[in-house]
Amino acid sequence: MTEKFSAGDKVRASRVDPPHHTRLPRYVRGAIGTVLNVTGRHPLPDNRARQLAAEPEPVYAVRFAASELFGEGDHTVTIELWESYLRPAELAGAE
Amino acid sequence: MSGDHVGPAATVAARVRHLESLLEQRGLIDPDGLDRALEAFVARASPANGARLVARAWLDDEFCARLLADADTALPELGLSMGGGLQTQRLIVVANTRDIHNVIVCTLCSCYPIALLGPSPTWYKSEAYRSRVVREPREVLREFGFVLDPSVKINVWDASAETRYLVLPLRPAGTEGLPEDALTALVTRNGLIGVAPV
Repeated sequence: MTEKFSAGDKVRASRVDPPHHTRLPRYVRGAIGTVLNVTGRHPLPDNRARQLAAEPEPVYAVRFAASELFGEGDHTVTIELWESYLRPAELAGAE
Repeated sequence: MSGDHVGPAATVAARVRHLESLLEQRGLIDPDGLDRALEAFVARASPANGARLVARAWLDDEFCARLLADADTALPELGLSMGGGLQTQRLIVVANTRDIHNVIVCTLCSCYPIALLGPSPTWYKSEAYRSRVVREPREVLREFGFVLDPSVKINVWDASAETRYLVLPLRPAGTEGLPEDALTALVTRNGLIGVAPV
């Protein structure tokens, strides 16, 4: 199985606000970050929580600048995000 | 959606007891086996484990390199592991430097390396810590009494997925020549989370 993204890629977190369980925190939604690496392969929690089929998929460590997340601050926040949560950053208006 | 974990602890405890008795009634768990597993896990889970890792990493550069490259394979060298729960969890150790300070949080709930740090402190699970440390970490550290030099940048790690994180603090000045057990005694739980210097 291949990975859609690799280290250094710019990615945008999905803006979707699902009505069900997710591990995509609200504060990163729509923000652009940089992939550090792949940290593992795990089933999408959104699907597991609904007892839907969920094959393991790549999970990435993605680093965001505080200024991108909050409009201020000079720190970074690194969080692991499932591939389904990510879009290439250059896609305008990604959902 | 992520539930806040605030609420009367008694309600949660009652819910857990009810769930446990249902599982027992249906023969899905063995109550004695469950008690034994929990007792054994909690007995081994302590911040002293994390402190031992740090002291060894300060003294042994090669161990430190292995710990930072792949913590799960380095832990058994000290008789430790991230097992004990339902599955062995991946651990990433993040090292503080003179330029970068690391802080750990789980914004969605309270994910935490229990095997190495013991049960998490109440503040770690509080909505205030979880929401504020990603947004204004320097101010949150100051409230812990830890004033970080303005030239040091902060990396916050949100452990809300599958991996757990542990901070490797900087070895304090003036500790040259101290034996391993004395170094271990210097390391605090808060230092391993990143809200204290050591």
